[in-house]
Amino acid sequence: MTDVVHAEWTKLRTLPGTGWLLLAAAALTAVVSAIAANAVTCPAGTCQLDPARVSLTGIDLGQVIVAIVAVTVVSAEYSTGMIRLTLAATPRRGQVLTAKAAVAGTVTLAAGAVAVLASVLVGHLLLARHGITPAHGYEPLSLASGPALRAAAGSVLYLELIALLSVGVATAVRDSAVAIGVVLALLFLFPIISGAVTSPAWHRHLDQFSPMTAGLYIQATTNLRSLPLTPWQGLGVLAAWAAGAMLAGALLLRFRDA
Amino acid sequence: MNVMTPYHSELPVRHDGFGQLLRAEWTKFRTVRGWVIGVLVAVLLIVGIGALTGANSQCSVADVTPQNPNPPIQACPAPPTGPGGEWVSDSFYFVRQPLAGNGSITVRVTSLTGLYSTHGGFGSPQNPTAGMTPGVQPWAKAGIIIKADTRQGAAYAAMMVTGSHGVRMQWDFTHDVAGLAGKVSAASPRWLRLTRSGAVITGYDSADGAHWTKVGTVTLAGLPATAQAGLFAASPGYSANSTSLGGASSTGGPALATGAFDHLGRQGAWPAARWTGQAIQRTTDVALPAVAQGFTQTAGRLTVTGSGDIAPSTDDIDSVKHTLAGTFAGLIAVVVIGVMFITAEYRRGLIRTTLTASPRRGRVLAAKAIVLAVVTFAAGLVAAAVTIPLGEHLLRQSGNPIVPASALTMTRIVVGTAALLAVSAVLGLAVGTLLRRSVGAVTVVIAGLVLPYVLAVTPGILPVGAEQWLVRVTPAAAFAVQQGVVQYPQVNTVYAAGTGYFPLAPWAGFAVLCAWTALALALAAFLLRRRDA
Repeated sequence: MTDVVHAEWTKLRTLPGTGWLLLAAAALTAVVSAIAANAVTCPAGTCQLDPARVSLTGIDLGQVIVAIVAVTVVSAEYSTGMIRLTLAATPRRGQVLTAKAAVAGTVTLAAGAVAVLASVLVGHLLLARHGITPAHGYEPLSLASGPALRAAAGSVLYLELIALLSVGVATAVRDSAVAIGVVLALLFLFPIISGAVTSPAWHRHLDQFSPMTAGLYIQATTNLRSLPLTPWQGLGVLAAWAAGAMLAGALLLRFRDA
Repeated sequence: MNVMTPYHSELPVRHDGFGQLLRAEWTKFRTVRGWVIGVLVAVLLIVGIGALTGANSQCSVADVTPQNPNPPIQACPAPPTGPGGEWVSDSFYFVRQPLAGNGSITVRVTSLTGLYSTHGGFGSPQNPTAGMTPGVQPWAKAGIIIKADTRQGAAYAAMMVTGSHGVRMQWDFTHDVAGLAGKVSAASPRWLRLTRSGAVITGYDSADGAHWTKVGTVTLAGLPATAQAGLFAASPGYSANSTSLGGASSTGGPALATGAFDHLGRQGAWPAARWTGQAIQRTTDVALPAVAQGFTQTAGRLTVTGSGDIAPSTDDIDSVKHTLAGTFAGLIAVVVIGVMFITAEYRRGLIRTTLTASPRRGRVLAAKAIVLAVVTFAAGLVAAAVTIPLGEHLLRQSGNPIVPASALTMTRIVVGTAALLAVSAVLGLAVGTLLRRSVGAVTVVIAGLVLPYVLAVTPGILPVGAEQWLVRVTPAAAFAVQQGVVQYPQVNTVYAAGTGYFPLAPWAGFAVLCAWTALALALAAFLLRRRDA
């Protein structure tokens, strides 16, 4: 198994784009978070604002780049035909998928941790300058507080699960363009349809099922009662999607010709 | 011994005309099963999601009163319709007399004051103004009006002073012309005059009652011989949009305006002897109950207190756009196809054959773009033309009133949706040519098109300023082409993408997407020529 992981790591490491993409994921996340935090205007100090959510806005864009990396880990092999060599070398296909998931997960963990720490730091500095201070009744954003720590650590886990979801989908559909299209559709369509449906019950259900909306509840630190799920339940929804995708990918990989 | 005859193709020898190139690209497109299925999936997604949102957007009201605590639940009523066919809000306090034929009315306004609620509702039914804050709304209005009759939505022309927009002449809800600027007060009163001659009404204003300026002349179609004319007051509700996160989380409530009048003069045929006061409103209007409104008359001085607004209705749900929520799903599908249309050639090495057969590389790209655009435009046209009537039918069945839209607007939305799909697919093709990698190209296009929209419409993610900026400069600006509601400067409301309003005009927003696509296409043609395939 170690050898399989090592092989996957070598493949990913030697692709020229991987490093740049991971760097871009971290940098873009921090930049978008900074823009969002900088755009806050709260003169009266009465606006309903979630400091953690604002500081971590960049995850919305960062997840897209994580999805690119994770889809590429699988689909690049299919587009070059390398997959046949890989499966000839490691006939236990489950192991190959596990190794790919582990490698994609590890690099996401590293990039995600950097992205989240940078976002929290930027948010801490910028939000204080925009009136989000204890004097206005807001808790300053700090990883020392339980909910903020949960939001930050949860965001890293969120990216991790997005990577697993992408690996699963890419294994199931094989073609890279279709795979990334399916992943992005899963992420973005739920919030759009939920916004169009006016029936409250359906609105709530769509939010509860949406991998992105529910998953990002992990970033909420204020007004938790108004959410249809608790933060950890929300992340659980995304975990279920990721598990489902991985399972579908594993089964198809096992029983289909490569 | 066999005699070998050299092979000659049966096809006639022709130049590599652009027609052949188009035919070649069309053959490539239609023979890849996945792409054809992809286009069908795009159409089905648009129609299916439209049906889903239509069928699951129930709207119902129950008119609970003390006499009838368990009333039947009914479909949501549509707002009144103005003379132009648009939805309007038409609630105000009207102090009126019949005006039989030609005539004029002149008045001096000496003050405009107001009260507003910050907590969403009003005091007890006996004392509705309890707990309200003094202050006049920017578009609170009081003045003189000539209206066809007292029906909500009936044609009218009015001269008025406003809270902070000076003197205005407004007619038939959507029209608004500025008169004298500045706030009204006892020190600087405003004189207003309306004259009627047949169906033609002219408005004048004056600062001193001696020197009059014409503000506007308007012909009210179908104004009956006996119209209702007199004084009015109204105030739209107060709303404070938190300038930060959550465009929808505005606080506010109904408001009240009181105008003080004197030097009331009338000329012409006024058959009635005295004034009648009436609150023009219905229960669903954002206004205080009729008991809070009214008028007083003492020794030539009148005060009129009213609530509500005489203006186009802007807080409606854009039903047309709602039925087209599936456009995003269709868009993702056609972008994937657009990208694959070129990256598949690179992956299989077919691009070398293609470029050998047609060495003028720019023309290959052009042929691909045309084939792709035509196919996706046709698919989008079918999808939108089916989805809008189907979605509206389902919305109506679930009790929703449907925003009236002209045939021109409908055509713009249907054609615009098709064009949106076509140009997005071509953008996918161009970015695919630039990057030659499917994953990167699909992500770039979708992150540019769909992500800004998701961020802009999901409440609580972005501050309002950033949201407006996103749907102005990114390709997502193009979704303005699906906007079915109109923005009016004389109505204060939350004009944000989340409530259906885009900062750019429909075709201007679409032009932003076209500009991005043209840029990508030019860059792609340049690189295709310069790079080895």
